[in-house]
Amino acid sequence: MVAISKIATGDGHGENSPYFDGWKAYETNPFHPTDRPDGIIQMGLAENQLCFNFIKKWVMKHPEASLCSAQGVNKFKETALFQDYHGMPEFRQAVAKFMGKVRGGRVEFDPDRIVMSGGATGAHEMVAFCLADPGEAFLVPTPYYPGFDRDLRWRTGVELVPVVCKSSNDFKITTNALETAYEKAKEDNLKVKGLLVTNPSNPLGNILDRDTLKGIVEFINEKNIHLVGDEIYAATVFMEPEFVSISEIIEEVECKRDLIHIVYSLSKDMGFPGFRVGLVYSYNDSVLSCARKMSSFGLVSSQTQHLIASMLSDDDFVDSFIVESKEQLFRRHKYFTWSLSQVGIGSLKSNAGLFIWMDLRKLLKEKTLEAEMDLWRVIINEVKLNVSPGSSFHCNEPGWFRVCFANMDDHTMEVALLRIRTFMLEHNKAMVPRKLCSQSSLKLSFSRRRDDFMSQSIMSPHSPLPQSPLVQART
Amino acid sequence: MGLLSRKVTCNSHGQDSSYFLGWLEYEKNPYDEVKNPRGIIQMGLAENQLSFDLLESWLDKNPDVAGFKRDGQSIFKELALFQDYHGFPAFKKALLDFMAEIRGNKVTFDPNRIVLTAGATSANETLMFCLAEQGDAFLLPTPYYPGFDRDLRWRTGVEIVPIKCTSSNRFKITASALEDAYQRAQRKNLRVKGVLVTNPSNPLGTTMTREELDLLVNFITDKEIHLISDEIYSGTVFSSPAFVSIMEVLKDQNLEKTEIWERVHIVYSLSKDLGLPGFRVGAIYSNDPIVVAAATKMSSFGLVSSQTQYLLSAILSDKKFTKEYIAKNHKRLRKRRSMLVAGLEKAGIDCLESNAGLFCWVDMRHLLSSDTFEAEMELWKRIVYDVKLNISPGSSCHCTEPGWFRVCFANMSEDTLKLAMQRLKSFVGSITGHDRSHQELKNSRRKFRSKWVFRLSFQSFHDREQDER
Repeated sequence: MVAISKIATGDGHGENSPYFDGWKAYETNPFHPTDRPDGIIQMGLAENQLCFNFIKKWVMKHPEASLCSAQGVNKFKETALFQDYHGMPEFRQAVAKFMGKVRGGRVEFDPDRIVMSGGATGAHEMVAFCLADPGEAFLVPTPYYPGFDRDLRWRTGVELVPVVCKSSNDFKITTNALETAYEKAKEDNLKVKGLLVTNPSNPLGNILDRDTLKGIVEFINEKNIHLVGDEIYAATVFMEPEFVSISEIIEEVECKRDLIHIVYSLSKDMGFPGFRVGLVYSYNDSVLSCARKMSSFGLVSSQTQHLIASMLSDDDFVDSFIVESKEQLFRRHKYFTWSLSQVGIGSLKSNAGLFIWMDLRKLLKEKTLEAEMDLWRVIINEVKLNVSPGSSFHCNEPGWFRVCFANMDDHTMEVALLRIRTFMLEHNKAMVPRKLCSQSSLKLSFSRRRDDFMSQSIMSPHSPLPQSPLVQART
Repeated sequence: MGLLSRKVTCNSHGQDSSYFLGWLEYEKNPYDEVKNPRGIIQMGLAENQLSFDLLESWLDKNPDVAGFKRDGQSIFKELALFQDYHGFPAFKKALLDFMAEIRGNKVTFDPNRIVLTAGATSANETLMFCLAEQGDAFLLPTPYYPGFDRDLRWRTGVEIVPIKCTSSNRFKITASALEDAYQRAQRKNLRVKGVLVTNPSNPLGTTMTREELDLLVNFITDKEIHLISDEIYSGTVFSSPAFVSIMEVLKDQNLEKTEIWERVHIVYSLSKDLGLPGFRVGAIYSNDPIVVAAATKMSSFGLVSSQTQYLLSAILSDKKFTKEYIAKNHKRLRKRRSMLVAGLEKAGIDCLESNAGLFCWVDMRHLLSSDTFEAEMELWKRIVYDVKLNISPGSSCHCTEPGWFRVCFANMSEDTLKLAMQRLKSFVGSITGHDRSHQELKNSRRKFRSKWVFRLSFQSFHDREQDER
């Protein structure tokens, strides 16, 4: 049998990671409220499902955006023929405007610096192809999104060198950590071409503060390496402190612009992973020119460009959406973390993203990777929740898990919380605060628990008044 | 400035080719019937614009589908979230049914063997990543689509070695040409991983004969290599001989369940057959489960938008529509090709007999000042800048003989095509009328005519003039 490529037969696709094992387990037994109430609840998928009703209303009101009204059908031919890899001008303008609004209008984006890609997945691979040759390396702070192992390395031949961040300082990216990683790469004879940071962070759910960002910019300028900022969670910042983008920092400090590139997508901020809207925003003209040609391998469907152009150029819709989305994420995050704290489970303080970085170190039999894997298997098979183990994110410390909270409805969230509570009370009673232990019944009704939560006057980031328990998020 | 990769600074993206330079010129001065009647007419873009009315009327009758509705209910959320790289099952089924229909239902396709990609551009590159290592080679018959230089080579590091086909036998693939290409690759120390053919051919517009297909199967069997058949124009076969797919040939030779079966891979797309290049719908169909598995994971880098998958699954599931579309589309393409051929004939220009595609392979060897590629470039520049037609010179398609040009006919209105032909006729008249006698022109054409009989009868320059009234 004639050989196929090493790339095809090897495991550079990264799918043998436990990150995906959990998904596979979920897929064989997925939770369904009526058909499969004992199935596994998916908490390993960072999807934003909280605003669909809001978006759907807009789509129904604007059939021309979907090319299905008479006005829309007139645009069908033009749209169907449009394969220019520059992308529709109105699409780029609308996305550039959206990106600016998400950053509070503090920075403006140039539509001509936007290059399309097949989602952020395609964007990352494309940037790696542009910035590095096979055998060269990128530095990536840990813990990081498992997909990077595939996206940046698989077909490009580029290596990843971890910048090890620790829980002792909340996983901050320090200049020390950066220098250490850089030196390690040198020792291993790897030429470092760039640093990739995800801000807001996946899996941490927090944002980089100004000092850290300045430190990063200083570092890459000093080493003369590229900085790739993955900002795909920018609009999921639901609470103070305010998001600071790389695009803002470079206006405040000295920086060689040619080193700066941003990866963006609508998969998380808008909840549209199926539409494959990714992009590279580069301040480097040579990179733009090359990336644009490469984008031929993953252009955004013109049908989708048209839809997005219409949607995101509607200022009223965008402004309301940004507020609504933050509101929904804030509530869900607050409720989820509060409920967990009730059973003694903590997580890294976070103000963004679609997940929390859950701290289960105290539940480990010992501080080892094996113990983490054991605990993870218990969570999947007994608690019946698919969560993602920290090791799959290359976390240097066992016991952390990424748990998604925005990809399910309220009912499913309650079921998940009930399972967690049951598990903690049955197996880890020592960790659970006394107050809750004394309540003999686990059969508190869902609405009763929610009322407890609401009655604590949890403030929304945007309204000056406490939310009435009667005003419930309907997802 | 930080250093960039070699890919940025090399020119394997292929965009310095005249194929793309002609486009750039066109974009600076594009023809418009009203706004720019003296602009350049685009005849270098293989688009199918002849059958949009059929799609538009379908959309009119089925507004729900584009509007994210199914049975009156909104499925916006379901579509927005659908990112499974296995693809929308209903879409894969509808696409494969369409492909089978195009092949006269002589072959059946298995939905577990199809991988959806962002256009054929992505499909071809992905197959290279799956089948070959950096420095390996694929053999391609010339002339071939200029985009292959980028799609197959740029980011993959794979090499292309041409299988030289000539006008002496209407550019058919021969056993000796295959063997010659293989040997040349060996001499360059390149490991040949496979052959890639485009069937129907771009730029020739012809379908492969059974003999050629049998030849290919024998060749890949003997050399133990892969065969990729890019069949993106299979739905544009508008006259006989009928399209014969490589899958049909394998079936007829009882090669299912053999090793060879697993070494054959098909590339498809809706950009040409349905005229939807903007929607980025491509596919790989492979009989090798390992290739399917790897390609499926790689498709993450360029999935088809779920919005588009849903719309097209509805259109292609409408069998009444697809039957009507295929038939009407063929008829219109056939008519349009005849118009082009007749117009060329009036200008004293022949083209290769063809039964498919969105273009003709036009013979302008008799208009060259010398039998060289420099002369071809000279002629091409005059046609782009003076005659104001963007056509694609054969050298950009790696043709081994100067003087051939690909001219598209399906991406413009009838009136625009007529105008283009008039311009061409005036041009030819101006360069031949004064310099040469009628007899000299007749002789020079006869000299370049192949020994095969062209469908067009040869008329004297004088006779032709009389026909034009």
